[in-house]
Amino acid sequence: MIAEAGHYALVLALALALIQSFVPMIGARLRDPALMNVARSTALAQLLFVGASFIALVTLHVNSDFSVANVYENSHSMKPLIYKITGVWGNHEGSMLLWVSILALFGGLVAAFGNNLPLSLRAHVLSVQAWIASAFYLFILITSNPFLRIVNPPIEGRDLNPVLQDIGLAVHPPMLYLGYVGFSISFSFAIAALIEGRIDAAWARWVRPWTLVAWIFLTLGIAMGSYWAYYELGWGGWWFWDPVENASLMPWLAGTALLHSALVMEKRNALKVWTILLSILTFSLSLLGTFLVRSGVITSVHAFANDPTRGVFILLILCLFIGGSLSLFAGRATALKQGGLFAPISREGALVLNNLLLTVACAVVLFGTLYPLAMEVLADFKMSVGAPFYNLTFVPLFALLLLAVPFGPMLAWKRGDLLGVTQRLLAAGVAGLVVIAIVWAWTRGGSALAPLAIGLGVFVIAGAVTDIAERTGLLRLPFATTLHRARGLPRSAWGTAFAHAGLGVALIGIVCETTWNSEYIATMKPNDVAQVAGYDLKLDGLLERQGPNYREMIAQFNVSRGGDALSVMTPSKRSFTTRGSSTTEAALLTRGASQLYISLGDVTAEGAIAVRIYHKPMVLMIWWGPVLMAFGGVLSLSDRRLRVGAPKPARAKQRLQPAE
Amino acid sequence: MTRKQRRMTIIGGSLAVLALAAALVLNALRDSIVFFSTPTMVAEKHVQPGKRFRLGGLVQPGSLQRGDNLAVTFEVADGSAKLPVAYKGILPDLFREGQGVVAEGALDANGVFKADTVLAKHDETYMPKDVADALKKQGHWKDDYGAQASGGAKPAATTAQGNSQGAVR
Repeated sequence: MIAEAGHYALVLALALALIQSFVPMIGARLRDPALMNVARSTALAQLLFVGASFIALVTLHVNSDFSVANVYENSHSMKPLIYKITGVWGNHEGSMLLWVSILALFGGLVAAFGNNLPLSLRAHVLSVQAWIASAFYLFILITSNPFLRIVNPPIEGRDLNPVLQDIGLAVHPPMLYLGYVGFSISFSFAIAALIEGRIDAAWARWVRPWTLVAWIFLTLGIAMGSYWAYYELGWGGWWFWDPVENASLMPWLAGTALLHSALVMEKRNALKVWTILLSILTFSLSLLGTFLVRSGVITSVHAFANDPTRGVFILLILCLFIGGSLSLFAGRATALKQGGLFAPISREGALVLNNLLLTVACAVVLFGTLYPLAMEVLADFKMSVGAPFYNLTFVPLFALLLLAVPFGPMLAWKRGDLLGVTQRLLAAGVAGLVVIAIVWAWTRGGSALAPLAIGLGVFVIAGAVTDIAERTGLLRLPFATTLHRARGLPRSAWGTAFAHAGLGVALIGIVCETTWNSEYIATMKPNDVAQVAGYDLKLDGLLERQGPNYREMIAQFNVSRGGDALSVMTPSKRSFTTRGSSTTEAALLTRGASQLYISLGDVTAEGAIAVRIYHKPMVLMIWWGPVLMAFGGVLSLSDRRLRVGAPKPARAKQRLQPAE
Repeated sequence: MTRKQRRMTIIGGSLAVLALAAALVLNALRDSIVFFSTPTMVAEKHVQPGKRFRLGGLVQPGSLQRGDNLAVTFEVADGSAKLPVAYKGILPDLFREGQGVVAEGALDANGVFKADTVLAKHDETYMPKDVADALKKQGHWKDDYGAQASGGAKPAATTAQGNSQGAVR
């Protein structure tokens, strides 16, 4: 019953989405407020029905109803409750349902909180949103229905892939989807603006908070996924340049560019055409990511499906939306009015440079992701493009970008003074150079690049601090004045500083981890001691334990340093009987920002066990960086909310337009 | 500065960045991409020792030997040719004899493939896509590898596909 109800709710959501696709559009043509307002109610109703459908699937999974194929294939009655719930999106059908649910959620939010939007703009935005939704509802209903029944229900399910039975699955996909799908809003706004043929600074002010929300979630989602891969896959890597990871990185790069160009548009009414194009490209890259992951063209940890009909269907959606939106752009973009002037050396100029480097870096990642596929199809040979390629291409471009980051926020709008900014950044530059010298002296003979990169990271962080210090008059003015100014500083200025500092923090973590990571791989017998980076790890013994749906073998290590006992680490190896597969549960010991990492291999005939021990210096900074960036985003968002209501006169004028 | 000059500066800057990126990509393409080969392709093409590539095939049953200090040797076969592989380290959870494997490394002077990475992207019903495609092309594709994926009822078919997630490196 529940499965059928869920299915039915999804069909109703499709019907509502189809109404929402056309009626408000027609309403906007006829300037009929009643028809335009249909968008609002259908968007909310759509959210209600998709939500019901999603809850139905969750209920089926929680109840372990194995008469439903999706539950049978991905669940097990003995599975802990949390994984029964997260298992809903740990498979193709369920994750697509989550995708459309989040799409409907964003549509519903625009409908509910978009009261300050001009009526026709809101109608257009929600219509475009409904086009996307309709396409994906059709995709789910035709090729990936999660509510299909099995004629002869089995007694027990096949269990979820053990690698996915982890708390990471509860957080990573929803976060990532909130980011991916969130960019659909800026896409819809862009298409709506092209259809209306009218775009101004107010448009950017409406779009920016939505872009920022999507960007915050995408940032956290990518960081979370990276940390999950780090501890779950058992060999300590945190980024593999895997096509699926690239698929999430590309919208992030384009989305970051979009955030910055929307800023120029909002403040200076310039870069309009470019911002529209970026909005389209960002969501197109999200769709491309969905295609790469969902169609199975690339086989990797995340590729759940390899059914060609699905691939072809998503490819059609992809072509339709990217092709359609770009043609609309090509036809309409010239009609958009040119914006304000600015000199190349100015805040706008710096943001243009930021956009250039980000989009080019994104293009490089796109090339690296698609080139092997293209070669396989066209030239019929296989190859892989991995870290060495990106180290030679992506890394230099990003280094250039980071070098420019501290200059941007300090340049004035319209016409900047590069020399003055350089002087003000002198302290930050000196800090960077001192760190380079110290690190270089300390690690004599090592790679020359690592100290330089760490110095760059310090420069970026110090630059962010300098910006705030300059604005508040720190050390120049009395402390009370500084405090007063700091309180009066717009939240977005703090947001910028935190986000930029986050970049530097992540860079330092990345460089330290990759350069000074130490590794110890050997077979160990009980009472053997391994020495890694000054730590002594003694294997106490091995014990077996029965988990809810697995058996696990635990190795117990006593960790000490210089004779002082520190902690006990217990890595384990779990074997899941239902799927006949095993996972490695690494043990982590955090010391400041560094971590000790142990994962287990096989037990040999003599009772010894293969172990892999890593010491990863400053590794946690890799993820603190994105967390700082996201925090900066949240600060900026809280500022935005206060500002969104500000330009009342303009809004009142636009409100009147439909009635003219 | 006029609008035209401004535009020219931006276009010039863009072209410079694009040219830089293109140069970087072309340079990287020369030596940082890794090709995929099967043992047969290795035998036919006479791959130079020291040239990095990815080797894919099935682990020859009975060929796995463990030495001291986590050294392992095994053979990768694709039906018509075999290639000995040496690796030092922990094999992935899903590494098994008779199943698909992808190893990355280079040949040494004796014709042994020294692997520094071993990937086993499969479980009991699945093998790496690269390996499956290569075997199919050579006509060594045994029906039983694909039977569960192509035959059977709809739920059974999606089951085999649902299993393809087990990627461990």
